[in-house]
Amino acid sequence: MSEVRIAVYVCHCGTNIADKVDVAGVREFARRLPGVEVARDYQYMCADPGQELLRSDIRERGINRVVVASCSPRMHEATFRQVLESAGLNGYLFEMANIREHCSWVTEESELATHKARALVAAAVKRVRFHAPLEERYVEVNQKALVVGGGIAGIEAALKIARAGKKVWLVERGPSIGGKMAGLDKTFPTLDCSACILTPKMVEAAQHPKITLLSYSEVEGVDGYVGNFQVTVRRKARYVREEDCTGCGTCYQKCPKKVPSEFDGGLSHRKAIYVPFPQAVPNVPVIDRSNCIRFQTGRCGACEKFCPRDAVDFEQEDEFLTLEVGAVIVATGYETFQPQEAPQWGWGRYENVLTARQLERLVNASGPTGGKVLLRRDGEFTDEVPKSVAVLHCIGSRDENYYPYCSRLCCMASLKLAHLIREKTGAQVYSFYIDIRSAGKGYEEFYTRVQAEGIQFIRGKGAEVLERDGQLYVHAEDTLLGAYREVPVDMVVLSTAVTPAPGAERVAQIFGIQRGQDGFFLESHPKLEPLKTATEGIYIVGCCQGPKDIPDSVAQGAGGAAEVLSLLTAGRVQISPVVAEIDAEACSGCKVCVPLCPYSAIKYDEERGACGVNEALCKGCGTCVASCPSGALSCRHFTDEQIYAQIEEVSSL
Amino acid sequence: MTMRRYWYYPGCSGHASARDYQRSVALISPALGLDLVEVEDWNCCGTTAMTSVEPRLSVVLSARNLALAEEAGGRADLVVTCNSCYAILRRAQEQYARRREVRAEVDEALAGIGRRYSGTVRVRHLLEVLVRDVGLDALRERVRRPLSGLRLAPYYGCLLGRPRNDFEDPEEPLSMDRLLEATGATVVRFDRKSKCCGGALITTHEEAALELVREVLSEAAAREARAVVTACPMCQFNLDAYQAKVNAAFGTRLRLPVLYFSQVLGLSLGFGASELGLGQRFVPVGGVGKL
Repeated sequence: MSEVRIAVYVCHCGTNIADKVDVAGVREFARRLPGVEVARDYQYMCADPGQELLRSDIRERGINRVVVASCSPRMHEATFRQVLESAGLNGYLFEMANIREHCSWVTEESELATHKARALVAAAVKRVRFHAPLEERYVEVNQKALVVGGGIAGIEAALKIARAGKKVWLVERGPSIGGKMAGLDKTFPTLDCSACILTPKMVEAAQHPKITLLSYSEVEGVDGYVGNFQVTVRRKARYVREEDCTGCGTCYQKCPKKVPSEFDGGLSHRKAIYVPFPQAVPNVPVIDRSNCIRFQTGRCGACEKFCPRDAVDFEQEDEFLTLEVGAVIVATGYETFQPQEAPQWGWGRYENVLTARQLERLVNASGPTGGKVLLRRDGEFTDEVPKSVAVLHCIGSRDENYYPYCSRLCCMASLKLAHLIREKTGAQVYSFYIDIRSAGKGYEEFYTRVQAEGIQFIRGKGAEVLERDGQLYVHAEDTLLGAYREVPVDMVVLSTAVTPAPGAERVAQIFGIQRGQDGFFLESHPKLEPLKTATEGIYIVGCCQGPKDIPDSVAQGAGGAAEVLSLLTAGRVQISPVVAEIDAEACSGCKVCVPLCPYSAIKYDEERGACGVNEALCKGCGTCVASCPSGALSCRHFTDEQIYAQIEEVSSL
Repeated sequence: MTMRRYWYYPGCSGHASARDYQRSVALISPALGLDLVEVEDWNCCGTTAMTSVEPRLSVVLSARNLALAEEAGGRADLVVTCNSCYAILRRAQEQYARRREVRAEVDEALAGIGRRYSGTVRVRHLLEVLVRDVGLDALRERVRRPLSGLRLAPYYGCLLGRPRNDFEDPEEPLSMDRLLEATGATVVRFDRKSKCCGGALITTHEEAALELVREVLSEAAAREARAVVTACPMCQFNLDAYQAKVNAAFGTRLRLPVLYFSQVLGLSLGFGASELGLGQRFVPVGGVGKL
């Protein structure tokens, strides 16, 4: 090995580090460490002039190892590696000491922070001495993509990718695509009809030659890695052959079994064989097995008898497909807070207390009342119109007993519903709110307009809804009036919180996505990588990442498509050289490592009597290295020599 | 039958306005395998009055009771029958466990009277002990006189699930529903089951408290309950003693006996109305006691 000449750079990170850590002191300390040729401190190492310092030292002072003491390697390791490469030095002859997240941000006393920074720098200097140059490798990227979830975000993503000429699989759990948007009546703030703007996109997605729609299907497992995923999809039995069905509807007209309609929030009935709503795509019914008389008792079979195309097939079974794709977009959406968990607001107790999503169905022309807002009595709609309606914001949101976060879209949705109720019934409408959050283009203007329409705004969260002598009362503290109020109304609408979709935990597991504290999927950087996840090649768009309105969901869908297209168009993807390797001579073939590998990257080779690592699958986690009884396994860039050097040094100070 | 032993904290009302409650508890406990031993020399839990003027001192008062139970040794469960005592003692238990500054203050105060507390006592409501430790199946087995056809409104009051605890839901408590069902009675739907009875307001702002009492009783009457069942001496007192005043103030004609769950349970176990203290009511229990 030629002589080691190390350069150390201590970054101020503005005041982030320099306010707590004595950066000049750390620099002077580093200067005296063995092998260090150059030690400097600088305001922003990641900025252009900082990078230039590094380059010129490498070129002019014969530097062949670099240590930067700054932020987390997650933030800038890749940046500095590129700087080394641009100066003609291998990027792996570099080590980062994290003196921001690990020192200045988390240590109260300046003295202690500086001491720790010195220890980390010394450890990095000792370690980098043992670094070896490593070569990046590339693998081909499969040119097909998978989109999971057929709501507006998923549809938008699939269309954008398909229009670029790439093949897309669109997998949807339910019988139809369209998602939550399909159940809305009008959309804020422009009040255009939700179905009118959504349906054409649904149809295009279904008919696009580059898109294969797999509705009533779920992803069961994912193997492989960025550029080369193998995805197992379960096509649930519909009991109706898609290729034979014309969508004539005879089957559900003849079906004798009524079931509360999920799509209408239980306010109407569907049949046991059904399409969830008239504009469903595909327009092919499914049989809901648990409610079907034929499946439960063996009798009936009316749908089969009357189907003019013999498309009903009770014998159908779930099928499994394996898709090979280069990239995946997860757009699995959200659910709303189920207010039966919180009886104080009266939902489930009083029949004229509805959720906002139920009210969307009432005001919708294709809903259970043909678009009329009507009161219910004894489980049936009357023809009586409410004279007063309360809309309660923040039900379950901004509430430490349920969900602490703001659900973001409900203020505007509540304003829209208040407007629609007022317009359709002339009722006195009360809006109970904590604050009105109307940040968005044209949103504040819409709020002003609704105020002018005579809606009564009461600043105070609706605390509870109680019935007294047949009259509903909303109880609230009016914080502008400074008084407790009980407002009598005929109908109450609850704007319930946006929550993670049921099954989000499983989806996260299957795709290797992390979840935040609130249960929504976690992006890899909250500002700069909003669509990427911890797993390369898997992207998240729409409400699965957090509450969003339609414009934001559509924008994310398109953004996700751009991520996928840049990956696919590049055609090949860099694979980290930090992987495990096996010394076949030393391997005894005990196979302890094989089942331990979480990525199935190790295979036993009968002929050689030793194990081998598939470098494309290996993530360099080191599990196998730690398990190997004969010491045949090692991990590049995390060799024993390197790690021990680091530990020794950090613990000696 | 193996007996389970617990320390018992009757609270001030247990020795005064709610003597009938305590009597019924003393009667049914041995029959259900519970050995409730009263903590010696207990003091006030530091309820509403103290909490609103000297919140820290109220925690100290509670902590002294916890220390007494701990010193007495054995099983570290302290059983309480008053919802207010329950809320206040539990709050002390939790603040002592979680908040360093409270702990320091309590330790110092206790040291002043020569006592120590190490935080091992678990405060539990008798309802919880019955539902969880004894169990509904065991209760059902011991019922001698099923209360079939008796319509009861379960009234929990506002404190049993507040602040949030691992026993009851603050809005939709269910333990007493299940327990009364086990006696064979019919439990009516009761939306106001966890609303406030007015508590101590009945002495300081009677008008406001009467309004709250009326709300609770009116719903019970509207649901055709024969009686309201409570788990708290304060709730019982407000609903029972002030019923006539509510009728006078609002022109209502309410006539609802207000019983403790322990008395109802006692009836189903075969005890007599008078030994359960059912005669000591403002609103006579009438036919309910003769089932």
